[in-house]
Amino acid sequence: MRYLPKSDSDRTAMMAEIGVGSIDELFACIPAAYRLKRDLNVPRQMAESEIVQWFAQRSHENAEGLTFMVGAGAYHHYRPIVIDALVQRGEFLTSYTPYQAEIAQGTLQAIFEFQSMICELTGMEVANASMYDASTAAVEAIMMAERVTGRSGAIVARSVHPEHREVIATYAKYQGMTVGEVNFAANGRVDAAALEAALASAAAGGNPIACVLVQSPNFFGTIEDVAGIAEITHKAGALLAVSITEAISLGIVKPPVEADIVAMEAQSFGVPLAFGGPYCGVLATREKFVRQMPGRLAGQASDKQGRRGFVLTLATREQHIRREKATSNICTNQALVALMATIFMTVYGKVGLRELAKQNLAKGAYAAETLGQAGELLFPGAPRFHEFALRTKSDPEQIRQTLALKKIVGGLPLAKYYPELGNASLWCATETTSRVAIDAAAEAIR
Amino acid sequence: MAYPSDFQYTKEHEWIKMEGNVATVGITDYAQSSLGDIVFVELPAVGAELTAGATFGSVESVKAVSDLFAPATGTVTAINDDLTHAPEKLNSDAHGSWLLKMDLKGAPTGLLTAAEYEAFLAEEGH
Amino acid sequence: MSTAPVVNEKDLNRRVKKARQQVSQNEDLIFEKSSPGKAAWKLAPLDVPEVDSAALLGSIERTDLGNMPEVSEIEIIRHFTRLSTWNYAIDLGMYPLGSCTMKYNARVNEAVARLDGMANAHPYQPEAISQGALRVMKTLSDCLIEITGMDSITLQPAAGAHGEFTGLLLVRAYLEAQGNPRKRVLIPDSAHGTNPATAATIGYEVQQVASNSSGMLDPAAIAAAMNEDVAAIMVTNPNTIGVFESDIAKIAEIMHAKGGLLYMDGANMNALVGKARPGDFGVDVMHLNLHKTFSTPHGGGGPGSGPVACKKILEPFLPTPVVVEHPDGSLHLNYDRPQSIGRVRAYYGNFGMFVRALAYILANGPDGLRQTTEDAVLNANYIRKGLDGYYDLHYTGQSMHEVVFSDKKQAKRGVKTMDIAKRLIDYGFHPFTTAFPLIVPGALMIEPTESESREELDLFIDAMRAIAAEVDESPEVVTDAPHNTRVSRMDETAAARKPILRWKPGQK
Repeated sequence: MRYLPKSDSDRTAMMAEIGVGSIDELFACIPAAYRLKRDLNVPRQMAESEIVQWFAQRSHENAEGLTFMVGAGAYHHYRPIVIDALVQRGEFLTSYTPYQAEIAQGTLQAIFEFQSMICELTGMEVANASMYDASTAAVEAIMMAERVTGRSGAIVARSVHPEHREVIATYAKYQGMTVGEVNFAANGRVDAAALEAALASAAAGGNPIACVLVQSPNFFGTIEDVAGIAEITHKAGALLAVSITEAISLGIVKPPVEADIVAMEAQSFGVPLAFGGPYCGVLATREKFVRQMPGRLAGQASDKQGRRGFVLTLATREQHIRREKATSNICTNQALVALMATIFMTVYGKVGLRELAKQNLAKGAYAAETLGQAGELLFPGAPRFHEFALRTKSDPEQIRQTLALKKIVGGLPLAKYYPELGNASLWCATETTSRVAIDAAAEAIR
Repeated sequence: MAYPSDFQYTKEHEWIKMEGNVATVGITDYAQSSLGDIVFVELPAVGAELTAGATFGSVESVKAVSDLFAPATGTVTAINDDLTHAPEKLNSDAHGSWLLKMDLKGAPTGLLTAAEYEAFLAEEGH
Repeated sequence: MSTAPVVNEKDLNRRVKKARQQVSQNEDLIFEKSSPGKAAWKLAPLDVPEVDSAALLGSIERTDLGNMPEVSEIEIIRHFTRLSTWNYAIDLGMYPLGSCTMKYNARVNEAVARLDGMANAHPYQPEAISQGALRVMKTLSDCLIEITGMDSITLQPAAGAHGEFTGLLLVRAYLEAQGNPRKRVLIPDSAHGTNPATAATIGYEVQQVASNSSGMLDPAAIAAAMNEDVAAIMVTNPNTIGVFESDIAKIAEIMHAKGGLLYMDGANMNALVGKARPGDFGVDVMHLNLHKTFSTPHGGGGPGSGPVACKKILEPFLPTPVVVEHPDGSLHLNYDRPQSIGRVRAYYGNFGMFVRALAYILANGPDGLRQTTEDAVLNANYIRKGLDGYYDLHYTGQSMHEVVFSDKKQAKRGVKTMDIAKRLIDYGFHPFTTAFPLIVPGALMIEPTESESREELDLFIDAMRAIAAEVDESPEVVTDAPHNTRVSRMDETAAARKPILRWKPGQK
């Protein structure tokens, strides 16, 4: 086997050194009844060329060279070449979690830069080193709000990504956490009056809510009135958690500075779509809540000679020390993906991120207008970033099949999640969506 | 380290000083030295009700957390804000750095005198 | 071996064979290199009309991105390349971290994960143009089911701890379906910290069960703790001292007799693949760590992937969706699962890791997987033999893929496991796992994996023996270590008392 650095004579010599006559003696500790006496039934050993061939075939079966007009929490943006050139350096790719600070300063400084940039972009004071993804970050945000407020339960906007709401429901079910929903108004934004009423009714029932969770831009691409929602939420003594699934929006949309917790997906920052993962969740919050925040944190420190360096800090919040009293059971995070995001944010930087966001805004506006002439644009009257919901005459599933033949991935049918919207689907255009593709999609809808 | 004789002690390494119905609570010198450099103290809010024997907060070093157990039942009337900004004071002067003051509800039981606490430490092999 | 005391800088490294000091570049934070007007980006011209962002967004328009950096491309390449040179990595040498299974990460895995159809597949693209991705998931699932000896699997959990959460949820849902979710989970005192943290997340009380005097599970103690209030026991096998729990089947019987289940933490599967299958020795549900056993890269702390394999009785409760194959050979995502625990993550899991893990399995085949396990166990036993007498072996059961020593001998000279670990850095190795498992005071937990040649193992043994000699001659050389790194030990106390968690202008 080509990954194993031993000759048979090495093995024989090592066994002699240990004092065993055969390798089986080293497995004698497994009762004979449970020792596998046959080959595993998995494909035979392949040459590297065969492996590449096998996956190339799978890649073809998936279709290649697609144009994406769907987002829904996973966005196709151009990935600068330097990202993969750097993250494939073995010193990043094949290193462990940086517990041994003296030989992990590279990873630690990169995490510190990531945390700093996320703070700059979200308007929060502290950010952690990453979570699995936005869906689990949203759950962790709610649990964190419960710890901070000493209250239980959340109200989640129905315009939060449906799969994120499903994940929240899974966690809530087994923690005795009540999760209420608040609907969207005709303009697609959270129904503020309904939110106010829900908070009041929970308080009147003796169970004041810990957390309100909204997404902005929301699942329909509409940008929420975060300041207004924050006012209502804070009046009720709850914390506001804002989920951001399209990180590029932060280039041109004001950050949710009124929020107490930001639960974010950084996939748009240079992370491949990869059929849904690995992505890069992040939690950011106020400094005063940092000890209730889950996940790893890198902090600045000095060594014995007074030189600046970085360490993982505030580790007592974590599972390997607190065990069943930890803030979360999270252990592994998304360090390499966070590094991709850090490099992406560095490449675009202060000016480029805004220009990139502006292009996305323009593409989204053009697509909404063009497709809106072929179908009915839903939720008028509130600002959007680059996604929009569209009602069509024909079945959106059929439109998708037609467009797939042209290598365009069309809008996501919404009936499964929002039956009341009928023949609606969710569309998106980023800087990688050409005008030609947008026009072709309009043609297919007509 | 001398353990003040006007304090009483618990086997969880807290001290309590009672003046009438008011008690002042802290951690012992032994507790601070076994934890090492203390970096954070988590205390309850003023007004919180404590139950003897139940946890009411925690003390953290870089790599360990120790729960704090209430030596008596009562209501918290004050917490030592100094420790929020300078937890290291617990290391330099554990018996002079109180954690909280409380109004007692009934007389606490099972407390040790200084001599008994020192004997307990010796017995435990500390 | 000379016994002359180590006194000066020159002598400090006289026993170090594997590494030599080298000039490395200094590098400030990226923000400190920024200056207005520098740029590493250029956008293609817009092919649709420009928009007036102020008109579209009004008061919610953002015009200033604060202190985000402005740098050029060459500065970015140098910045991150310089940072990378400050890291140790598997690509540089042995990484003997016990329970972490730091093995070689083959580059073909990276190459195939970056193929257009794999990297650029949207989770919501139609199934008709997702057949390749679904085939990867199906093939990997089939392989992992066969390797574990289980009946069914979900690939959705994002990491090991997330897999534990999912696995225990399956247990809870199964027991609930029978009318009583029960109250407690038994966890041995030798367990990983994630185990109790996970049980608590799901609303189970944790009841710790003590290991016996050999560091092993004690069937009598478990039988005494087992009753109708106990939902499951979480067992790591081989356990965290690297020894196979030979009573595992008996423990399964004890649990099953009173309606409880046996959960296995699969962190140590590198000792079993191709040699024994948890499904054959009574395990009901387990998670795997693709970033350990199946060679997906650790990447400085993630991403991971934590599939959960289970027996038939738990299959109805698996998260949605599951991949199903139709008679015509086409693959589909099935969401219609009324008894499912629901989702634990958006989309289908860390797909990019599935590609890499499957590439690893295909590169090995049945013979390679078995040889891999044999070599991993051989390597651990070779180290055990090589260090026997130099370090105290707290428990003496037969080691499988890892061996756990203690610092008992060295502690007498005031040297602790962390000091030895730090000194090992000077010798050109990453430290072993320190102070875990908790049942071994001052533990040195060493897992070499199969990826080390005899030469590398000999260098490691040599380095560990040299450190043992230093402890006798001049312990301060060890307690002050590391000496040869870019930075010395960090003041973690100051960092935790006054945390600085982000850069701000003017802060140095």
